[in-house]
Amino acid sequence: MIKKFDKKDEESGSGSNPFQHLEKSAVLQEARIFNETPINPRRCLHILTKIIYLLNQGEHFGTTEATEAFFAMTRLFQSNDQTLRRMCYLTIKEMANISEDVIIVTSSLTKDMTGKEDVYRGPAIRALCRITDVRGMLVCQLHYYDVVKRWVNEAQEAASSDNIMVQYHALGLLYHLRKNDRLAVSKMLNKFTKSGLKSPFAYCMLIRIASKLLEETEGGHDSPLFDFIESCLRNKNEMVVYEAASAIVHMPTCSARELAPAVSVLQLFCSSPKAALRYAAVRTLNKVAMKHPSAVTACNLDLENLITDSNRSIATLAITTLLKTGSESSVDRLMKQISSFVSEISDEFKVVVVQAISSLCQKYPRKHSVMMNFLSNMLRDDGGFEYKRAIVDCIIGIIEENPESKETGLAHLCEFIEDCEHTVLATKILHLLGKEGPRTPAPSKYIRFIFNRVVLESEAVRAAAVSALAKFGAQNDDLLPSVLVLMQRCMMDSDDEVRDRATFYMNVLQQKQKALNAAYIFNGLSVSVPGLEKSLHQYTLDPSERPFDMKSVPLATTPISEQKSDMAPIATSKMPEKMAPSRQDIYQEQLAAILEFQGLGPLFKSSEAVQLTEAETEYVVRCVKHTFAQHMVFQFDCTNTLNDQLLQKVVVQMEPSESYEVLHYIPAANLPYSQPGSCYSLVRLPEEDPTAVSCTFSCTMRYLVRDCDPNTGDPDDDGYDDEYVLEDLEVTVADHIQKVLKPNFGAAWEEVGDEFEKEETFALASVRTLDEAVGNIVSFLGMQPCERSDKVPENKNSHVLFLAGVFRGGHDLLVRARLALSDGVTMQVTVRGADETPVDVILASVG
Amino acid sequence: MLSVSLDQARYGCNLVAHGVFQEPSLYTVKALFILDNDGNRLLSKYYDPELYPSMKEQNNFEKNVFNKTHKADNEIAFLEGMTVVYKSSIDLFFYVVGSPQENELMLMSVLNCLFDSLTQILRKNVERRYLLENMEGVFLVVDEIIDGGVILESDPQQVLQKVNYKLVSEQAYGFVLFDYITGSLEGEAERGQLL
Repeated sequence: MIKKFDKKDEESGSGSNPFQHLEKSAVLQEARIFNETPINPRRCLHILTKIIYLLNQGEHFGTTEATEAFFAMTRLFQSNDQTLRRMCYLTIKEMANISEDVIIVTSSLTKDMTGKEDVYRGPAIRALCRITDVRGMLVCQLHYYDVVKRWVNEAQEAASSDNIMVQYHALGLLYHLRKNDRLAVSKMLNKFTKSGLKSPFAYCMLIRIASKLLEETEGGHDSPLFDFIESCLRNKNEMVVYEAASAIVHMPTCSARELAPAVSVLQLFCSSPKAALRYAAVRTLNKVAMKHPSAVTACNLDLENLITDSNRSIATLAITTLLKTGSESSVDRLMKQISSFVSEISDEFKVVVVQAISSLCQKYPRKHSVMMNFLSNMLRDDGGFEYKRAIVDCIIGIIEENPESKETGLAHLCEFIEDCEHTVLATKILHLLGKEGPRTPAPSKYIRFIFNRVVLESEAVRAAAVSALAKFGAQNDDLLPSVLVLMQRCMMDSDDEVRDRATFYMNVLQQKQKALNAAYIFNGLSVSVPGLEKSLHQYTLDPSERPFDMKSVPLATTPISEQKSDMAPIATSKMPEKMAPSRQDIYQEQLAAILEFQGLGPLFKSSEAVQLTEAETEYVVRCVKHTFAQHMVFQFDCTNTLNDQLLQKVVVQMEPSESYEVLHYIPAANLPYSQPGSCYSLVRLPEEDPTAVSCTFSCTMRYLVRDCDPNTGDPDDDGYDDEYVLEDLEVTVADHIQKVLKPNFGAAWEEVGDEFEKEETFALASVRTLDEAVGNIVSFLGMQPCERSDKVPENKNSHVLFLAGVFRGGHDLLVRARLALSDGVTMQVTVRGADETPVDVILASVG
Repeated sequence: MLSVSLDQARYGCNLVAHGVFQEPSLYTVKALFILDNDGNRLLSKYYDPELYPSMKEQNNFEKNVFNKTHKADNEIAFLEGMTVVYKSSIDLFFYVVGSPQENELMLMSVLNCLFDSLTQILRKNVERRYLLENMEGVFLVVDEIIDGGVILESDPQQVLQKVNYKLVSEQAYGFVLFDYITGSLEGEAERGQLL
């Protein structure tokens, strides 16, 4: 038994802590006894414990005092007391990054590391590691690198070891050493999946490595790796079974049938007495429900039982899963159950609930009033930014999907911004009010909410409110006088930005011209902001007589509306969101670095990558098409998958079908095994016939092959020329048009005017539904659908599609397509543009 | 013998994982801490330098976790984007933290191993004051279970064997502590010679 506690201590209550009032200086003072002879292990031990305790509490040790204590401590290596020695190692680890000269203990540690005493070896190595980690001692590092290399064999043996942890670590290490070599990883997997392992940890590791490899090789479900993962569902250990089920569920291309075995083990776990297992199971089922709700319906009964689970996280996950899999009739009941405990759960799970509601709204649009009610109540509760943002996003989503809920939704949001501490959300809502408010039956009621912001809020919110106000004035003639009065007041604001905006809008509004309103109030700039910054900077460096041309600025690539796929609790990133350069900005930089491409002007558009080879071939080639004002650059990203070949001087030769002219080939100098490289072709677009926008190129890859030793990678001295035929590459009308979103299409339509308007009617005989027709037109023209006109309402026989874009050279282009469904689909296309050529191009290519 | 290379391996581990699956890695545990029933830190280790690098952030996280968990013994929670498994005993709370993608049962095995090892070292008295009395044993146990986030051991028997925390020194140490508290260090010195 542990020694009975002293009475005195008992009196001071159970709250006593022997370390409570430790003074760093006093402890360091005490550390002097380290120098006494003979060493008193117990007292020294206690002092070391105190030092570690202080460090752990976050006490700061200065470099000098830490180094002094450290030096004194080294003397303790003379003692043979085991626990004391172990505590010395720990102290070394803890102090490694504050004390100087920790290197002096290296020799002591090395001695223990290679010594006979088993108890010392492990901890000594770990301590030594920490020192070298921090100090980056080159000699040591190199030494270890050698050791690591030599350990491949030892690790191989260790992986078959009887000690289950050794097996696990060995596997992790082997994978780490080989992870860049897919073939070696594959061999290793093959070996261990056959021989079997003892450690459940090692099994989990193996499953992870197998799923990673399956993902990378896009292996199908007929792969032996998949069989292995599936076989782990029958492992004795729950940890392994769960790991396997989770791996299967996360595979991107799993059908409901392949999921079934994984789902049924998760179903069993739902009734486990272990909370962690129930949690893991229901969290994973929740993920399944997002993609394959039908696969989870079998578990509905088990999930119902979890609704009353004392662990609220489990209960929430169960309900949100049920919301995804259940029928429309159960929605009201489940919503009631959630509201009974929504205040008890953490913000993370509230976000999960909101996301579940959001997907439910998409599934059962008729339920939107119940949801809206629930969401507005949640919006009034306390909660952090992420939570509020999820609610606001969800309400905005409902408004966009269901026009009849627009006014209720806007009213809730107006109420929310009356007392909203999050600038980002307030500005977002003001922007939405500006966009949607003027087009509602009673726009005047929003003005009060917006103007309140001008009076009460911070600069950013005030500026957003001014922009929103301007939109009301531009859209509604009867509101214009009042808006102008309010604008006048904003011109007296203390902030520059707010004042500037007010003055600008005031002047635009006073002109009372629809075209000006459209260009400067409704639809704003469509250029990329980093691009504009760069162009302006360039212009100031090299000033000229000519005015700055907005058309020379690259356009903003419309963000692809991201799928909200991951609705399970996701890690909230702690990094502030940076303005990441777009994909096109990156291409622009890369291309500008190549001498031959200078003078082509700004990059207009980069296409998605097109595969020019089958997936499992010797060489993998993808092509990205870059469009410039008068030229196109084809970027071929090539990968050599043969480990016994080095390719050199790789070019892709192109034979155009039309009068396109290939000007330059820029080869990839070297293409070693598995390291991707790029070669380029520069093509001039035909000048004499600007409507010739489409062309087919037959492509052949030509290169010099040098055979090499697959193990060392050393190539032979001589090589031979060879070629490889690729698939044909198409350039279509979509490559010449950049998507641009016009938030107010009607205004933009008026702005462009009918100077170059053309109209034609087509019959799309092979198309059966309006949805299909819309999809075809959008992907064919590569233009941006506006006003959500790409969504065809159900049970309608006619539809109007609005498309906006900019044609190569910077000309605005708008398309209105009226579609009518009869036998096939009849389509009347009206095109307006700032120039005649693009209008002709569109009609010619549709026909 | 493998731990050297594990630390070496870390240099390559910070690469951003592409695709759905994380890069398989041995680094499993993000943090581990023991709090008392007021939420004060008794021991805590953060293994991922990017997770709460400052003491202030760590304290906030621990406070938040404690507030959300100390009322109900629910075993598992999801907080600040991390999976947290926990266990309490009398006036102590044990927490193991992992990434949201981590296998929850692996984290549980670490928690169980920690708890069972300490139960044995403390002779079933898993209480704050006994824990504090045997703090060096606690430090050593944690060091044997996890190093830099890698699970070294999950079997409490193995941990105890490796720590080799001797009953004799333990008892004697109890006296040392007593002597320290009561300030009679001379008495302790004499006893030390006797032993």
